[in-house]
Amino acid sequence: MRTRFQMGLDELKQKLLAMGGLAEQAVDRAMEAYRKRDLQRCYAVFEGEKAINMAEREIDELAVDLLAMQQPLAVDLRFITAVMKINADLERVGDQAVNIAQRVMDTIKLPAAELPVDIPRMAATAAGMVRRALEAFIEGKAELAEAILKMDDIVDDMNDEIYIVLVRKMHENPTVVDQALDLLLIARNLERIADHATNIAEDVIFWVRGADVRHHVGIEESPAPPLT
Amino acid sequence: MGVGIHVQELNAWFGQKQALYDIALAIPPNQTTAIIGPSGCGKSTFVRCINRMHETVPDARVDGKVVVGDTDVYGRGVSPVSVRRRIGMVFQKPNPFPTMSIYDNVAAGLKLDGFHRRRELDDVVERSLQQAALWEEVKDELKKKSGVSLSGGQQQRLCIARALAVQPEIMLMDEPASALDPISTAKIEDLIFQLKQDYTIVIVTHNMQQAARVADFTGFFLMGKLIEFDKTEKMFTNPTDKRTEDYITGRFG
Repeated sequence: MRTRFQMGLDELKQKLLAMGGLAEQAVDRAMEAYRKRDLQRCYAVFEGEKAINMAEREIDELAVDLLAMQQPLAVDLRFITAVMKINADLERVGDQAVNIAQRVMDTIKLPAAELPVDIPRMAATAAGMVRRALEAFIEGKAELAEAILKMDDIVDDMNDEIYIVLVRKMHENPTVVDQALDLLLIARNLERIADHATNIAEDVIFWVRGADVRHHVGIEESPAPPLT
Repeated sequence: MGVGIHVQELNAWFGQKQALYDIALAIPPNQTTAIIGPSGCGKSTFVRCINRMHETVPDARVDGKVVVGDTDVYGRGVSPVSVRRRIGMVFQKPNPFPTMSIYDNVAAGLKLDGFHRRRELDDVVERSLQQAALWEEVKDELKKKSGVSLSGGQQQRLCIARALAVQPEIMLMDEPASALDPISTAKIEDLIFQLKQDYTIVIVTHNMQQAARVADFTGFFLMGKLIEFDKTEKMFTNPTDKRTEDYITGRFG
């Protein structure tokens, strides 16, 4: 039934998954560039952004065509609107990878500084959230998506910790201010990537359950303490 | 395989009243083309000019060129019967032959052509009903049940099977789903999507959403003129002509 529409939905899903692959690859490359202080990998991130931008436009175009031509309703309508929002988030993940690569290029020019923060660990967590959000999308599983919402707090805590450590280091040793600022910004970019993964997870929940859980509405929270 | 249709300077009249003005368009082969427009805009007249049915109306007249494949259907020495054999047509109201069984309805065109070999007829009837997505529902009572005993949606698919049996190159459909419920409509629309692999399909519809769902190309007619013809995506997301936009967004008039 509705073969043409179904083919359109399948194509949209495949295109979004390919886009997700590109966004993940951009983050991985940016972090490799960071670990290895490798300019070539930075350039690869910049180059990859073009493909991500192109994919974003193609997905939006297909989604709008499906809305206009197939008049989707209920779960189909939620799916297409979710895809459009996930699309925008993935494009922003790609932008954050570019920002990281730019910071890495900056740090490569500076003398190496010993700063006791674990950027790769934070990156692995944020990238893992993106990957799992995409898995939740592929499988259409709201439970997987819910787990991601909880991971966002972990990344936020990592970001706070890195901030405190780097500010302290800058006070102690002003010669590392430039390097510490670069790391602060990279941590900030990673924290944003985790936010985008969270948005993707929320969109998957909306598609599957029809529930809008953004801004912690609709999610069970521990009751507020009684007023005294 | 389907063939393309090239229409040039096509004008049509009912007596003194002109119904079509200088229509020119190229309908691509093996694609579905929808013709949309308000009542009385000439869309049905247009498709009836393609298979020379317009001229069957008393006082009706046609001028211009309609080239199907490489034959000008209004060319000298071209018979309307040969044209209609290449161009099947399905109408708004399903019209199976009331006294005939399902089998005989599908086989009617072939029998009229003097085709009587039992086994080959059986094959054609089965193939046509399969193509029309009706076979599974009727295969056990092909000769027992009359065509008109089927539901409206089934009757329409029977009429499609009847048209397919004579192996046309083009299928014209004039509001084929407007008398059907949503489920039957979806079946017909799905069928249209499958059929375009083998046929060129032109569908007239006043249901814009249906045009959007099924058609690769769409033409918008208004007061006997072709206002815009383009890919369906373009027509329904960013039409060029203001009148098209006003019509599809319901701002018309």
